[in-house]
Amino acid sequence: MILTFVEHEAGVPEDTTLEALTFARDVADQTDSAIEAVVFGDEGPAVADEVGAYGVGAVHAVSHPDLDTYAPEAWGESVSQLVDELSPEAVIAPGSDRGHEVLAHTAAKRDLAMAANCLEVEAGDSYELTRQRWGGTLLEHARLSGETKLLSAAPNEISAEPADDGGEAAVQEFEPDLEESDLRVQISSIEESDEEGIPLGEARTVVSGGRGVGSPEGFDKLEELADLLDAAIGSSRAAVNEGWRSHDDQIGQTGTKISPKLYIPCGISGAVQHMVGCKGAENIMAINTDPEAAIIQKAEYAVIGDLHEVVPELNEAIREETGQ
Amino acid sequence: MDVLACLKRVPETGAKIVLTEDQQDIDTTNLGFTMSPHEECGIEEAVQIAEETGGSATALTLGGEEAKEQVRTALAMQADDGVLLEKDGAEWDPQNVAAAIANYIEDRMAEDGFDLLVFGNESADAGNYQVGVRVAEQLDLPIVTSIKDLEVNEEAGTVTAEREVGGGSEVYELDLPAVVAVKEGLNEPRYASMRARMRARKQTVESVPVEKEHEAGLEKVRLETPEKDEGTAEILGEGPEAVPEIMRVLRELEVL
Ligand SMILES: Cc1cc2nc3c(=O)[nH]c(=O)nc-3n(C[C@@H](O)[C@H](O)[C@H](O)COP(=O)(O)OP(=O)(O)OC[C@H]3O[C@@H](n4cnc5c(N)ncnc54)[C@H](O)[C@@H]3O)c2cc1C
Ligand SMILES: Cc1cc2nc3c(=O)[nH]c(=O)nc-3n(C[C@H](O)[C@H](O)[C@H](O)COP(=O)(O)OP(=O)(O)OC[C@H]3O[C@@H](n4cnc5c(N)ncnc54)[C@H](O)[C@@H]3O)c2cc1C
Repeated sequence: MILTFVEHEAGVPEDTTLEALTFARDVADQTDSAIEAVVFGDEGPAVADEVGAYGVGAVHAVSHPDLDTYAPEAWGESVSQLVDELSPEAVIAPGSDRGHEVLAHTAAKRDLAMAANCLEVEAGDSYELTRQRWGGTLLEHARLSGETKLLSAAPNEISAEPADDGGEAAVQEFEPDLEESDLRVQISSIEESDEEGIPLGEARTVVSGGRGVGSPEGFDKLEELADLLDAAIGSSRAAVNEGWRSHDDQIGQTGTKISPKLYIPCGISGAVQHMVGCKGAENIMAINTDPEAAIIQKAEYAVIGDLHEVVPELNEAIREETGQ
Repeated sequence: MDVLACLKRVPETGAKIVLTEDQQDIDTTNLGFTMSPHEECGIEEAVQIAEETGGSATALTLGGEEAKEQVRTALAMQADDGVLLEKDGAEWDPQNVAAAIANYIEDRMAEDGFDLLVFGNESADAGNYQVGVRVAEQLDLPIVTSIKDLEVNEEAGTVTAEREVGGGSEVYELDLPAVVAVKEGLNEPRYASMRARMRARKQTVESVPVEKEHEAGLEKVRLETPEKDEGTAEILGEGPEAVPEIMRVLRELEVL
């Protein structure tokens, strides 16, 4: 049996969870196993309605009187106890903050190896797998061994597809045996952000600037372009390091990952750590003075020129056309 | 408060990653070395907490002799002490790395110990998202990962940590001693001056030999650079003359 960790919002599974379920189904097919799921919260039955279509036969709904919010160690301990009880072939989690955190706790508690951000698996006695390194710039072929294999599925890489023979999932309650120390870390409160505008990660168009912008004021033109296109504004790490932009704007391996219809990087060279942040972009239109810049090779469209000359003219042309 | 920050030496890759012929490593012939931005923020946080509370900041890495270079970067950023857990030969898997770090901390805990351990959320290269959690579990300390805001309350003996989630953040409160795994954006790491770097070069970095504890459960077989369709950019023009062409593309993509 393949046990999958399900993350959900009020009973609706996250996209990364549906991807992980699709990934789990591949492992299940190879090992001739069933797929079951572990769910926390009161919405177990609601989740079961959704994940049955992905081939999940049984949902283990974890509940405990002291467990009413996210508690990473207690969740990791609960999964570990389910592993004891069910002896799954593998535990698969989405490659999300919680997925990695819970799985790492389970791994440490059971002294098992864990492979993060996997793309493909060839399941045998040990698993031959492909996983992401450097945020996806590099692939690693690795071998994972251990009594139970623990893996996370790389987010936004696997297309989530319901099973041909999907059905209904049965719900089974599971009450873990928890000690006080398991519950020492949990969410104590939630703060809402006061950020306005379109979140970078969700924007349909993104305009960004790098070291080539030259100064904090240089970004004024880019802000204007973003306004005219209803776009979000982003930056490279160099612009953040220079103190021109805040880290919230940073696109890349250690910043935000974007997936717009159009991405317009201005004065950005196209370092691999930047490019992994925008590989979800459908189209890239680079503006750069250097025709040899790496970003030109990676773009669909390129303008060779000084952004300080191109962008103001472009803003003018858009204003004329749209009457803004 | 005494704070320990853990960092890992990685190659500073630029626009393209080139592999060695045997596909076991990145070809570093023409590359410098660095650490993850997450870890830089970890060091900065450790130094700031040490400064505010009159404590100490220690930077630790596990690696070969050459990894002292990154420890010295941390010293130049005003960390007080540097430690190298020195291993020989090939890279280790996350379980062995975590065990060696935890064993060292356990020994230190028997003496004066640390109040807070800071890890990067994931290393820049291998990115296995687990060394911090494994260390915390071995030491039976509370941990929370993906942290972008941190505040210690020395009197209460707690640390408040925030994780960004869609539309806001989750707040966690941990009793000290505790472990956190942090992300870039936590703070703005200071720039190490030339003088600080010169001084750091003369500081001693304690070297402690370490041995592998168990068989690796996760083994690297080989590396591969993913295929990319490159060199297809349509050049829309040079300078402002390109504007009409840009407008055409904006219309075609329906983003106007
Ligand atoms: C046989 C084999 C060969 C390998 N060869 C290579 C190779 O050629 N190149 C390569 O890059 N990797 C190689 N690795 C991977 C290995 O070095 C991992 O990087 C290591 O096991 C730690 O995992 P991680 O970096 O994914 O940790 P993560 O869990 O992603 O790291 C989280 C945090 O833990 C801390 N941390 C991690 N590692 C260290 C460390 N060494 N010292 C101090 N703190 C640390 C840091 O704070 C880091 O931000 C190999 C592994 C094996 C088993
Ligand atoms: C582990 C790790 C993680 C990292 N994470 C990230 C990340 O998340 N995001 C990120 O962005 N980087 C990241 N980096 C840094 C990355 O390697 C690069 O250093 C960075 O992206 C470079 O930024 P840049 O392109 O703005 O600057 P540069 O590389 O200096 O490029 C500037 C470009 O601007 C062009 N230019 C100059 N003047 C003009 C002008 N007037 N008009 C038009 N073009 C002009 C130049 O031709 C050049 O191509 C990371 C690095 C490491 C090691």
